[in-house]
Amino acid sequence: MKPFTYLKPHDIEAAIPAGTPPGTKYLGGGTNLVDLMREGIEQPDHLVDITGLHLDGIEELPDGSLRIGAAVRNSTLAAHPKVRKGYRVLSEALLSGASGQLRNMATVGGNLLQRTRCPYFYSDAAACNKRQPGSGCDALDGFNRSCAVLGVSDSCIAAHPSDMCVALSALDAVVHVQGPGGTREIPLTELHRLPGDTPNIENTLEAGELVTAVVLPPPLSARSTYRKVRDRASYAFALASVAAALEIEDDKVTRIRLALGGVGTKPWRAYEAERLLLGGPADEQAYRRAAEAELAAATVRAGNAFKVTLAEATIVAVLRDLSKAGAGS
Amino acid sequence: MTQDSPAGGTNGKYVGRPIARIDGPAKTSGQARFAAEYSYPDLAYAALVYSTIARGRILSMETAAAKAVDGVVAVLTHENAPPMKPAGKLSPFDVSSIAISTSVNYLATDEVHWNGQPIAVVVAETHEAAQYAASLVTATYQHWHAKVDFASEVPNAIPDKGIPFMTGKADKGDAMAALATSPFTVDLEFSTPQYNHNALEPHATTAVWDGDKLTVHEGTQSLTGVQGQLAKRFGIPKDNVRVLSPFVGGGFGGKARPWAGTLLAVLAARATGRPVRLTLTREGVYHTVGGRTASTQRVALGAGTDGQLASIVHTSVSRTGYVGGMPERITEVSHETYAAPNIYLQQSSMKLDLVSNTFMRAPGEAIGSFGLESAIDELAWDMGMDPIQLRMANEPDRGPVSGKVFAHRHLREAYAVGAERFGWDQRELRAGAMRDGRWLVGMGVATAHHTAMQLTSSVTVRLNADGTVVVRCAMQEMGMGAPTVQTQIVADELGVPLEAVRVEYGDTDLPWGAPAFGSVQTASVTAAVLAACTKLKQSVLTLARKQPASPFKGRKLPELDTRDAGLFFGTRGQSYVEILNAAGRNHVEVAYKPNMPAFLARTVRDVGWRPKAATGAQFCEVRVDADTGEVRVSRWLGVFDVGTVINARTAESQLRGGIIMGIGMALTERTLIDHRSGRIINPSLSEYHIPVHADVPHIDVQYLNKPEPNSPLGLLGLGEIGITGVPAAIANAVRHATGKRVLDLPITLDKVL
Ligand SMILES: Cc1cc2nc3c(=O)[nH]c(=O)nc-3n(C[C@H](O)[C@H](O)[C@H](O)COP(=O)(O)OP(=O)(O)OC[C@H]3O[C@@H](n4cnc5c(N)ncnc54)[C@H](O)[C@@H]3O)c2cc1C
Repeated sequence: MKPFTYLKPHDIEAAIPAGTPPGTKYLGGGTNLVDLMREGIEQPDHLVDITGLHLDGIEELPDGSLRIGAAVRNSTLAAHPKVRKGYRVLSEALLSGASGQLRNMATVGGNLLQRTRCPYFYSDAAACNKRQPGSGCDALDGFNRSCAVLGVSDSCIAAHPSDMCVALSALDAVVHVQGPGGTREIPLTELHRLPGDTPNIENTLEAGELVTAVVLPPPLSARSTYRKVRDRASYAFALASVAAALEIEDDKVTRIRLALGGVGTKPWRAYEAERLLLGGPADEQAYRRAAEAELAAATVRAGNAFKVTLAEATIVAVLRDLSKAGAGS
Repeated sequence: MTQDSPAGGTNGKYVGRPIARIDGPAKTSGQARFAAEYSYPDLAYAALVYSTIARGRILSMETAAAKAVDGVVAVLTHENAPPMKPAGKLSPFDVSSIAISTSVNYLATDEVHWNGQPIAVVVAETHEAAQYAASLVTATYQHWHAKVDFASEVPNAIPDKGIPFMTGKADKGDAMAALATSPFTVDLEFSTPQYNHNALEPHATTAVWDGDKLTVHEGTQSLTGVQGQLAKRFGIPKDNVRVLSPFVGGGFGGKARPWAGTLLAVLAARATGRPVRLTLTREGVYHTVGGRTASTQRVALGAGTDGQLASIVHTSVSRTGYVGGMPERITEVSHETYAAPNIYLQQSSMKLDLVSNTFMRAPGEAIGSFGLESAIDELAWDMGMDPIQLRMANEPDRGPVSGKVFAHRHLREAYAVGAERFGWDQRELRAGAMRDGRWLVGMGVATAHHTAMQLTSSVTVRLNADGTVVVRCAMQEMGMGAPTVQTQIVADELGVPLEAVRVEYGDTDLPWGAPAFGSVQTASVTAAVLAACTKLKQSVLTLARKQPASPFKGRKLPELDTRDAGLFFGTRGQSYVEILNAAGRNHVEVAYKPNMPAFLARTVRDVGWRPKAATGAQFCEVRVDADTGEVRVSRWLGVFDVGTVINARTAESQLRGGIIMGIGMALTERTLIDHRSGRIINPSLSEYHIPVHADVPHIDVQYLNKPEPNSPLGLLGLGEIGITGVPAAIANAVRHATGKRVLDLPITLDKVL
């Protein structure tokens, strides 16, 4: 690992100037960044640890929304009574990720900004436009079973790995950031960028911008759930995952939130499917039509073509389960 | 002498009891030290640099940046490293030649033979500095054409000539003609990917030179293999090399030979004049240690309407490396499993520009049983027959190819016990007919089979005047419980309490011990230990009889009992302590040394007329998600005939571990080798999916516990049989749950969806 300096400031005012110069990275739990530094993929000169900034609170705001500090640990968030009660999809998504030990370390901010698990991104002997802009993409004709089918480009098909972000996307979460230019709010759905020609630029944050919190709108009345499909029962990234909230009245879909993981280059809010479902019949046929419409935009490679069928099947299964479980209650 | 008490094994005071591992407390309290935990004054740390191409020549290497890193002691490349001697060739006259892992003379050549071959070693004051500096070494290459893609080379594979002692080929009757005229046939093509071992402890070496004497701490399955190879490569007498390996954090075949890391740690220590520790990263293990070959198999079976097999055709393709490795005996399983008048078996292999393949738990049989046991199941579907019934209809009483009568085979009983215990009669006959909520449920079986081999060992046993016993043998302990079971055996043989016995192992200064691979160690060491204990008792008896008032005057050893820490004739006896004290001796020590040429001659003869094998019946239940195709194993039962079980606790953990490894082989594991670069692109536990706890159900392990008549104490090796049959049992259960026959491992959801 390349040598680096380490700073642990105690207030945000000190953290931001320290975190702004080129070659500097914020450090959350380190479960992703330190791994990548060991592999030589990330080579920062300076780390600014954000776990001393008192960003670890979870509080309900007067309007009923929930403000989650950026340094809250994944396990803490998943177990929080307000989250388990009002945002079940988020709790389930978090618990489906990584392992107990990793969740104890991982922070909300770090989870938002974790990097892809495409094997070629990790292989220093391979071409990867994300790791080394302009070098090419060995995943296109290589092992791309884990890669994305939605939002892909000719230069990158790496899937976004986060489970938490899929749930946050479905929940219309808003990311609060603070940087040298002040504070701003970014809808979760606009935090991550599609790869296009610059897959190395993964999000819309500016230099030095620190994620301070994620705010969830007041709980939905709809039932919600997260389903993750993967190669082993635990401790594996999603091949496809679905975050959904569904409310049904008189056999009609009156409220729907749907987001997909494992299939997109960013956490994938399934707007097209939502549009088709809303106000329509709450039956399996409609679910399937909506799923197929969402996946119609897929661009597949030899190894990941199955993800289209898998994502469709998972969407249908999740909506079926939610409607059976008495949606609307 | 091994025959005098085959059943003694089950009747002993300690043998047959589930004694806790004697090294358990040392391990759980962190006192057991592994190879990377030995410190020396002035210890330096080494890290490897790996090639990034598969085949070619190094044109230049850039090492200045690495040398400039604080704390770097040396950067060794082919331009400045001291030479090693060549690896030599595999030879039946040189036992240590089986320890050759690759033929590459690391750092003595600019040639690159695989993607990930070590091309430089950095030595530094800290592990971190070495790792960082290694990341700064770069090379430019002349690229040569490389063959790295197994699948595309399959058509070019060449039939193997027989490997001595290793069957694989057979041509009995006319299997093709019989196939063509059989009323029922299946003809299936199977494939399996490369697998890697993933021992918990990554390979590590601490190497210390003192003049031309070398001490090496190394986690190994073969102390003498490492010793012999190091002596040869560094041009020193074997006795100058001491290898210490008291604890090994898992091997599974991956530590059966010294690989690049071992050689280069020793080279770095010699070049720098300092003790050197080299701990491979997980990625480093993948790049430098071979795995299980990828394979394809064809299994074609022909049967009559009564279910009797008329024809077995089993052919296979495996791969080695241009730099080494051995073709796998994939079709060997078809030599021993089913009776048929016509049998054709043939193995082929290819060479690739990849690191040598190597042994991995049940080489040959783990893969071969997937093909054969899936095919027999498919035949049962075609015939509408119960798969156990079909197997039993073809259960042989003699080797189907060799014609030799089995001295010991209880597979019928294993299936009977298993079917009853597992509730096989609950199995719906139709596919896809059992359902539990979102899960399709299926049940499957397969036969487990592992040919038993036995080597020999040397051992000394010493009885001290205080009644303690010390057994010394350079055997290996990878967590299987080897010293625990030998302690039990010696305590019973000498009639002393368990606590009185200490077994010393894991050190080449001890008498030569069998390696811990091929499931041979326990049987091989036990034979020697039994012989030595008899010799010791004879010596003690001789001493005792010299005393004027000896109760043993005129008595011979077979007339005496050994119990209560002494010798007895009826109720009259003397304790060892009394005998030694009366004789004025502070100890009696005996050595057992096998006569090697006689042993080899006997082995060659026995292989011909006394086929021995452990067998078993694997039962499983799987659940397949009806929407997503996710496969989860929900129940497991293995009923094994492994001869006498010396210690149910350690035996079960071996068998259970094998079954878990088989679950990984069946469902989740695969080494991804990029078909263009030859690079392994999932060299980590995060992306190479071994089963996690949530993937492993309760595993019920049962034994028949019948002594094998020709084995010491009646025991058969059991380190490997657990994995055999497992992938087929799962594939068969998936077939039952879904109606789909998956021929290509691992059975990932996309193949079932
Ligand atoms: C073996 C393994 C398995 C895993 N499995 C899963 C899985 O199944 N599902 C899943 O979703 N995840 C999985 N993960 C990923 C895990 O969720 C992430 O590693 C974790 O969430 C990252 O959080 P962290 O606090 O450790 O981030 P860090 O590693 O500290 O940081 C990650 C990135 O975020 C940046 N960052 C951190 N905090 C801030 C902040 N406040 N403001 C701005 N930038 C910031 C860092 O600079 C860095 O670029 C797995 C990880 C591992 C190692």
